[in-house]
Amino acid sequence: MNAETHPEVVRSAGTKEKISIRNLSFYYDQSKALKNINLPLYDRTVTAFIGPSGCGKSTLLRILNRIYELYPKQRAEGEVMMDGENILTSKESADSLRSKVGMVFQKPTPFPMSIYDNIAFGIKLYERLSKAEMDERVESALRRAALWDEVKDKLHTSGQGLSGGQQQRLCIARTVAVRPEVILFDEPCSALDPISTAKIEELIDELKADYTIAIVTHNMQQAARCTSFAAFMYLGELIEFDTTEKLFTSPSMPKTQEYITGRFG
Amino acid sequence: MATSALPARRRVRSKVFMGLSIGSALLGLTMLAIILGTLIFKGVSGLNLAVFTEMTPPPGEQGGLLNAIFGSVVMTVIAVIIGTPISILAGTYLAEYGRYRRLSHVVRFINDILLSAPSIVVGLFVYEILVATLGHFSGIAGAVALAILVIPIVVRTTEDMLRLVPDTLREAASSIGTPRWKMIVSIAYRAARTGITTGVLLSVARISGETAPLLFTALNNQFWSTNLNAPLASLPVVIFQFALSPYEDWQQLAWTGALLITLSVLTLSIFARMLTAKKAQR
Repeated sequence: MNAETHPEVVRSAGTKEKISIRNLSFYYDQSKALKNINLPLYDRTVTAFIGPSGCGKSTLLRILNRIYELYPKQRAEGEVMMDGENILTSKESADSLRSKVGMVFQKPTPFPMSIYDNIAFGIKLYERLSKAEMDERVESALRRAALWDEVKDKLHTSGQGLSGGQQQRLCIARTVAVRPEVILFDEPCSALDPISTAKIEELIDELKADYTIAIVTHNMQQAARCTSFAAFMYLGELIEFDTTEKLFTSPSMPKTQEYITGRFG
Repeated sequence: MATSALPARRRVRSKVFMGLSIGSALLGLTMLAIILGTLIFKGVSGLNLAVFTEMTPPPGEQGGLLNAIFGSVVMTVIAVIIGTPISILAGTYLAEYGRYRRLSHVVRFINDILLSAPSIVVGLFVYEILVATLGHFSGIAGAVALAILVIPIVVRTTEDMLRLVPDTLREAASSIGTPRWKMIVSIAYRAARTGITTGVLLSVARISGETAPLLFTALNNQFWSTNLNAPLASLPVVIFQFALSPYEDWQQLAWTGALLITLSVLTLSIFARMLTAKKAQR
């Protein structure tokens, strides 16, 4: 049932693979949540992970920055090659990997500190900057997340006082501020209203110029709107991977067809 | 018949149950009011400047509680200084590093035992390790005994408060490459700050009235003393001694001392409540 990476798909991407997932399986204690996944994530391209709840989309996403390691009894087998190195076995620390592979979560998670410090916190982990340089970095991160104009006059108030949509953009700014290469979005809009959702989607569209992006979503329109590639997963298996256009208009697997037309899931 | 009887019977039951609940609540509150009322009635009449400026007197002479107040404050402060860091670190282990470890279950269980251990046992323990070995009672021994009472309370609140910090926040911190210790210090502690502070305040409230652990450790001192290596007076012990005495002026000072302790514990509790309420509002 595993999808092959079709040569024509690679050609149409026109870019190299930033991340190559090979024969990847994942276990929660004894139960196998991902079965032998093979999938490329192309450089500076947005890839959607779609599928019904519990199919393993988020699990797959959480392997890419090894965040699953925070919990006991979870393990991954196989290869996740990023720039030629298997991140699952590399000697690089998880922290250092995560500074290169950022993540935005379903619920906005501002830190309990000011808007400014929310952004500066991550930068300070890796860089020593003067006050002026830091101000500049914070501003550019907030601008990148289309939040600057709304918060420039209250940078030193709590980040938790912002609206849900603003908080989510703050989290995106925080992620962008540490200059990652890959950004993972785990249902970033599921807790947001349509206007905030539109803003985040617009943002993702802009961010793809600089970052390799993977997004988990339950929203078919969203996947169609802002991604170039899509992977359909079902019960821990990758059923089909293709360009978003192809996957949504003429999927090759019947299961994909059933899911995107809303017959199950 | 049945249709009308059933609701009526339920209404009666409901009324009876509500009546019992209100009655019990009133009973509890009345007790508290009587205690507070008696304390204030008997204590206020003895309140004057001398209480705060003079030493505990021999029977039949004028005096105050200065040495006892000083001893209590000093021992409480030292107890908190010794106990808080240990407790916060232990609570951090339970909630963060050791959350899934077997050792945590053991530590948590022992901590719960310590939490409900009679304070007199703690007093005897410190008597054995500090007083008996050094050969004399001392203020520092009293402070250590109080610290042992502080630890289980603060360990428990620290763990509980850290566990209230959502895992999503920890993941968010990790997802930008924050090392674990930095996440705990800068994010988790900050999110749990109010709760942990409340725990420390409540532990102060708890130990400021303890008598038993001090009887075996700091004992008492009739005179002004700042020497922590010597017996040290404290409000609870002075109250204990004076209240049981046959001398009226000593009894009066005991009432006043009791009032002072109660008022400071009340203030601390209200302050702790306000902190939590402010937190809940946000």
